[in-house]
Amino acid sequence: MPVDWIWGLVGGLMIGTAAAVFLLGTGRIMGASGIVGGLIDGSGTDKSTTIAFLVGLVGMPALLTLGGWQVSTNATPVPWLLIAGGLCVGIGTRFANGCTSGHGVCGMSRLSVRGFAATIAYIGAGAVTVTFLRVGMGL
Amino acid sequence: MRALIAVLSGALFGAGLHISGMTDTAKVRGFLDFAGSWDPTLAFVMGGAMLPMIVAWRLTTNRKPVTGDAFPPPPSAELSRPLIVGSLLFGVGWGLVGLCPGPALASLSYGGWQGVLFLAAMLAGMWAVPPIRRALDSRRAAA
Repeated sequence: MPVDWIWGLVGGLMIGTAAAVFLLGTGRIMGASGIVGGLIDGSGTDKSTTIAFLVGLVGMPALLTLGGWQVSTNATPVPWLLIAGGLCVGIGTRFANGCTSGHGVCGMSRLSVRGFAATIAYIGAGAVTVTFLRVGMGL
Repeated sequence: MRALIAVLSGALFGAGLHISGMTDTAKVRGFLDFAGSWDPTLAFVMGGAMLPMIVAWRLTTNRKPVTGDAFPPPPSAELSRPLIVGSLLFGVGWGLVGLCPGPALASLSYGGWQGVLFLAAMLAGMWAVPPIRRALDSRRAAA
């Protein structure tokens, strides 16, 4: 799949540039769970910046889809998986104070020990979960 | 100005997630499936995303952000229990469905009812964390 990793690299450079613009422009770390979590539990103080960021994050893929660049999420149709997965991601990222963007992209790029530890933990737990579902339950 | 920077950054983040394939749960779960037919795309996305940020962090020394007061303080090196247990729990949810917070938001317009259900559960989980924290703290204080 040579095309896939080239798109991955190009998309990754865009994600990193977005994080760099956010950091240098606003002084904040571009972490998806921190940004949306602060809005949800009321702990965030910089509300207008947060809402503007979310408008761009949700709006741009919608525009790309309208423009003909359609992709599918291929998400599972099993409701309990979606609910359990969402709860684990929501609770886990807020306890850990970061997710793939905050601890991964922004943390590891400044050689943060917490960023590396979190990334090893969530990739490890994710790998065990995927393998268990495939081998143990055929999902 | 600050809102304009934020909407541009969000749009670039959303476009990057969209074209990199990271809103496709099959590619994300494929990366996590080390024992199966492994899909390396996520490693290229993560590597590509870290490059501009390595430069950006260097630019923060002795400077101020364009808007706002200051850059984040240097990272703490404390490997606390919430960090590790929370990240393990996050990884389980990530493996169950293949969505993390960024892609769950980026795919909202085309993710269908599955995306909406996942996002609703994720936001409910986030909303529940402060009361869970308080309950854990008071139990620890009582013990």
